[in-house]
Amino acid sequence: MTSAATRPVPAAGGAARPASGLPRLLPPGLEDLGAHLARHGRAPHVTSDFIATVEAAGLTGRGGAAFPTHRKLAIVAEQRGPVKLVVANAAESEPASRKDETLLSRAPHLVLDGLQLAAEAVGASQVYLYLHRATRTKAGVQAAIAERRAAGIDHREVLIAEAPPRFLAGQETALVNRIQGGSALPSFGFPRVTERGIGGAPTLVQNAETLAHLALIARYGPGWFRAVGTEHEPGTMLTTIHVLGSHPQVTELPIGVPLGAILDPASTSAVLIGGYHGTWLPMKHVLTLDNATLNPQGAALGAGVIAALPHGYCGLAEAARVVRYLAAESAGQCGPCLNGLPRMAAAMAELAGPRPRPQTIDNIARWATVIPGRGACHHPDGTVRFVRSALETFAAELASHRNNQCTGTASQPFLPVPDTRTMPTTEKEWL
Amino acid sequence: MTSTLQVNPIVCDGHGACAELLPELIELDEWGYPIVDPQPIPPELARQARRAAAACPVLALKLAPKLSR
Amino acid sequence: MTGSTAFWYASRATGVVALLLLTAVFVLGILVNRQGRLPGLPGFAVTNLHRNISLLATTFVVVHVLTAVLDTYVHIPLMSAVIPFTSGYERLWLGLGAISVDLMLAIIVTSLVRGRLNAALWRTIHLTAYASWPVAFVHSVYASKDLQHGPLLYLALVCAAFIGAAVAYRLVSAARQVPRAARVAKLVSDQPAKGLVEQGRIVGGPVTRGPKR
Repeated sequence: MTSAATRPVPAAGGAARPASGLPRLLPPGLEDLGAHLARHGRAPHVTSDFIATVEAAGLTGRGGAAFPTHRKLAIVAEQRGPVKLVVANAAESEPASRKDETLLSRAPHLVLDGLQLAAEAVGASQVYLYLHRATRTKAGVQAAIAERRAAGIDHREVLIAEAPPRFLAGQETALVNRIQGGSALPSFGFPRVTERGIGGAPTLVQNAETLAHLALIARYGPGWFRAVGTEHEPGTMLTTIHVLGSHPQVTELPIGVPLGAILDPASTSAVLIGGYHGTWLPMKHVLTLDNATLNPQGAALGAGVIAALPHGYCGLAEAARVVRYLAAESAGQCGPCLNGLPRMAAAMAELAGPRPRPQTIDNIARWATVIPGRGACHHPDGTVRFVRSALETFAAELASHRNNQCTGTASQPFLPVPDTRTMPTTEKEWL
Repeated sequence: MTSTLQVNPIVCDGHGACAELLPELIELDEWGYPIVDPQPIPPELARQARRAAAACPVLALKLAPKLSR
Repeated sequence: MTGSTAFWYASRATGVVALLLLTAVFVLGILVNRQGRLPGLPGFAVTNLHRNISLLATTFVVVHVLTAVLDTYVHIPLMSAVIPFTSGYERLWLGLGAISVDLMLAIIVTSLVRGRLNAALWRTIHLTAYASWPVAFVHSVYASKDLQHGPLLYLALVCAAFIGAAVAYRLVSAARQVPRAARVAKLVSDQPAKGLVEQGRIVGGPVTRGPKR
């Protein structure tokens, strides 16, 4: 039996979904098991045929890399061995992103459905949910798991694995190391975790939101999924939108929506797209929110963060604060990252201040070419991308600073950045 | 079969022996860590490349068949 | 003097040379680990010297053992060179020699196949060098009386002094080394930050604020 329905199918106990109705993922409030089943009905059982359905739907990973989900499923499904694992990665390490936390607190059953579906599709017998230790959503997730256990819904017991509050904790190999009992530090090399992951067994790691989309695709089919979004990037995505004057808003948007529809161009000087490994762009350069238009500009949807820098805020100061945080979150395992990021952070701080020296600007340019691609993970690469885009987008601001002037008048920071006055210093803080 | 030079950046401690023995393909950054030419190793440098890999005190440098990251 | 004394003298002589070479290997090993340099030599030379001299030392140890076994003045079975405390002659001191040889062989063999070995295992066995040298030293001093007087006594003391200095240097260096988890924080804090940014506020220095004229 394949789940390759191409039109909305009324699921048992639920209403037929309108083809383009939004939101798809997010209910207005916490959805317990009863409400979840009333909205969607039970998830169907699937086999490895589900992978073809996912391919037809065109789903890509919502964790930042946008890797085609069906390919990842296929790789793990092909692996041989007695044990395979699936991990729902809900360790939302990105300080500017709230989407996974929101999804997990409001629609945990979508994520948990997706976890079981993915396990069925790849033949995995063990499943984990990985989330930050200090998060408020843990209790709710445990309650959701208990509800499902009582109702006998899940065939595999969901084990909760805890991540430390580290930016790198959600990185794939760091996740594997953590679940195996070690520090959440990235590893280097091959094979990938899809071939050798937790305990040496093939492991599928999927972002929580990706799994939630899987749960809907299994019910309503690829055609329904493709009803919104673009042809090459179908479906919706969860975004975290930062605008002046309100808390970060998690909004589900169809991919390809014009940025002007969600941000006010008049009050925005520049936009940060993706997250703290993302890209700064001048407002007028961002036309639509899809990788097809963003990639040629060196940007990507990433973790779905969209921050609208208001006028009167110094972009260089905002960037400098973020880079200092990123530097403090280095694993410190690889020479170029360990040495380069703190120096870049100090240089950015100088650029954010009065009369930055020309040699500092030269230094950053040199480090931006030397640092990327030489670490075990993409932390240095993402940080350099963020820095380069900041220098390009805020070039005029930099020129002002060199003249001892700053256009920023705000006294409060805009972007949410954890306090770097207490940086991790012990091995325990990586556990 | 072509090989490329590959450094394990976690194991690498910046000893620098590799750059001493294979300056044609490896240079050191300002902190002493190797910047490795990603191109396939030219055949005339293959022997030197193997020597450079053997000279690494922590065996961070390897000759690997061409792989993407 | 009988003909066998040639073997006996050869064993004692190669023993002394082996001790000297092993002392050099030990010190060089610490130099490699600490990224130290020998004046006038490139960095890779330190590693190569360490490895080559260790093989040379092994050769001398092998000759030292074989000549002792071949010598007929005292009976030392070949097996007692690797199985400790099984020789009739000077059971204790030769036993220590055997222990040292065993450790040395493990270090050499694991280093020859290092590429195929688990890194932690290689390191653990390599660290037994810290036990192997002192054991070899005690063997050297007590297995014969050669190192207990005269110039050879001074030689032995000089070797011990070098080892002591090397170990002390290694321990101090380790104590000073910033552990990985703290390294990043130290580097971030150490950087001079002109116009330091703390929680969004730029601290220090005059900046004219306001829109560009």
